[in-house]
Amino acid sequence: MNLFCLGLNYRTASIEVRERYAGTADTAAALRSAGCEEFLLLSTCNRVEIYVGAKSAPSVSDLIRSLSADDQPAAPDAFYTHEGVGCARHLFRVVSGLESMVVGETEILGQAKRAYESARAHGQAGPLLHRLCQRAFRVAKQVRTKTHITRGSVSVGSVAVDLAEKIFGDLRGRKVLVLGAGEASEKTLRALAARGVSDLRVSNRSPERAEQLAAALEGIAVPFGQWIDQCREIDILISSTAAETAFLRRDLLEPYLAERSDRPLFIIDIAVPRNVAAEVNAVEGVYLYDIDSLQTIANEAVELRRQQFVLAEEIIDDHVTDFAGKLRAAGSRERSSLNSANLSPAWPAPGS
Amino acid sequence: MALRKLLVLVDRSLLYLSTLCYFAAFARTILLLRARVFQRTMFNFTMIVFGFALQTGFLWLRGRADGRCPITNLFEVLIFLAWSIALFYLVIGSAYRLSLMGAFTAPLVFLVQGIALLSPIDSMRAGLVRPNGWLEMHASISMLAYGAFALACVAGAMYLVQERQLKTHALGSIYYHLPPLPTLFAALQRLLWIGFVLYTFGLVSGFLTGEPLPVFKMIFAGIIWLVYGALLFAPRARAIAPRRIAAFSVFAFAAALSLLWSIEFVARRA
Repeated sequence: MNLFCLGLNYRTASIEVRERYAGTADTAAALRSAGCEEFLLLSTCNRVEIYVGAKSAPSVSDLIRSLSADDQPAAPDAFYTHEGVGCARHLFRVVSGLESMVVGETEILGQAKRAYESARAHGQAGPLLHRLCQRAFRVAKQVRTKTHITRGSVSVGSVAVDLAEKIFGDLRGRKVLVLGAGEASEKTLRALAARGVSDLRVSNRSPERAEQLAAALEGIAVPFGQWIDQCREIDILISSTAAETAFLRRDLLEPYLAERSDRPLFIIDIAVPRNVAAEVNAVEGVYLYDIDSLQTIANEAVELRRQQFVLAEEIIDDHVTDFAGKLRAAGSRERSSLNSANLSPAWPAPGS
Repeated sequence: MALRKLLVLVDRSLLYLSTLCYFAAFARTILLLRARVFQRTMFNFTMIVFGFALQTGFLWLRGRADGRCPITNLFEVLIFLAWSIALFYLVIGSAYRLSLMGAFTAPLVFLVQGIALLSPIDSMRAGLVRPNGWLEMHASISMLAYGAFALACVAGAMYLVQERQLKTHALGSIYYHLPPLPTLFAALQRLLWIGFVLYTFGLVSGFLTGEPLPVFKMIFAGIIWLVYGALLFAPRARAIAPRRIAAFSVFAFAAALSLLWSIEFVARRA
């Protein structure tokens, strides 16, 4: 029995194509009739992949057809294939986050685990895929613990959320005020809401836009003339107005902070030019981050992940070698067809 | 007497090994921090467990030799203190998922134990000390309180490091391993409470020993009790910001340790 993989991802196919090949209710039946003894469908927003265990290589066009209700596959060039050890290496890289759009993201591991559980529950994953998946999950765990590939956040919004969690711990029940209802502040607000922030307030020079964003996020609109009063009770202030000078100065803020006792205030100033004077960061209990400092932190995380890529590859190489050896040993016992001859990619690529 | 000398030889060897364990944990942390690749591993925890086991062995042997709780001289006081710090780390550190606390605890225990081993303060008594249950309880409970205060000092130092990183935007590799500020502050307060309750109990039991109470010792003990009491109640009155409480808990322990040293030193000279 050998391993085969066919798939497409965000690098090879547009979202429209990925949507067309996300799998159908008949995919399992089609794969069975294509001769796949074991199979697993991994379908996420960034990739659609089928992992197959079969005695002989299944037809690539049959596999592609199994993923779509269309009779005529539209983009065979968007697909890639892997076989044998190459298939194992590919899955190890996928679950470790090396093939992800955001390198090192860990969501893919959960998605792969759910895909495997589903395949097992439906009797689609047998001993070969079981061995492959269990090893892949081990590899992902090792890559995560032995390298820093998952460390830090790589976007401004997620950096802000991580900082908020370090300052406040649990974000549930925290109060956030957005000053200036632009796209950037909306993204940051949405990222905070995703982590449990539920008290959202929006203030904008144009009340209609404030009402609009507040309604979209189930928050409340605050009249622009009253935003400073909110500084008595909010925990996080996101500022992104189009003001040309820094209007939030230390002397303006300090009287309101006196009423907050020891509660910290996290200010995220994503406006250019800045809305908040740098001197505000010197106030006890205030943590001020502007767009540059957030971007610097995100860039450092990207660079760190890039450096960790090599370490992750080394871990994967070790596991691939070991896994291939174990499969060969098992194969020779079971008269498997997986031997050194078929470790090379002999399976035809789509479109060839 | 010969048996006691033999025991002293053996127990000091245990202590040297224990100090080495704490040094290994401390040195590894420093190396990883310098290389900016700090990573939580079981190494620190394992070294502290070994160090603690060896300290326990030392205290058991000393207890056998002394015929009572081994807090009979300044050397034993410091070792008992180092043991208490490790004990609280093993109990509290894991409860609060503050595994990084080991990276901060190991150097403190290494420092206290190292000073004890290098100083000529391990005076031997001619014979067994007359047992006094209340006195032993007073001394041991007070040392445990110091252990809790020491770990509060460690939690305070961790809070200050994390707060500084957040304030200056200079996020080092340790930033990702330190818990959020509220978690650190909660651990700090819990440790201060444990230490304060134990210290109060130790103070009260001091009056029940039946031994004469030196005035300077009572004054120092009273000052320490008041300082820690103020640290505990200030946040309730919202009088001091958490960062200052953290800083005070570091200073308070440094002061308390200096006072403890002075009290014991003067008492042994008297």
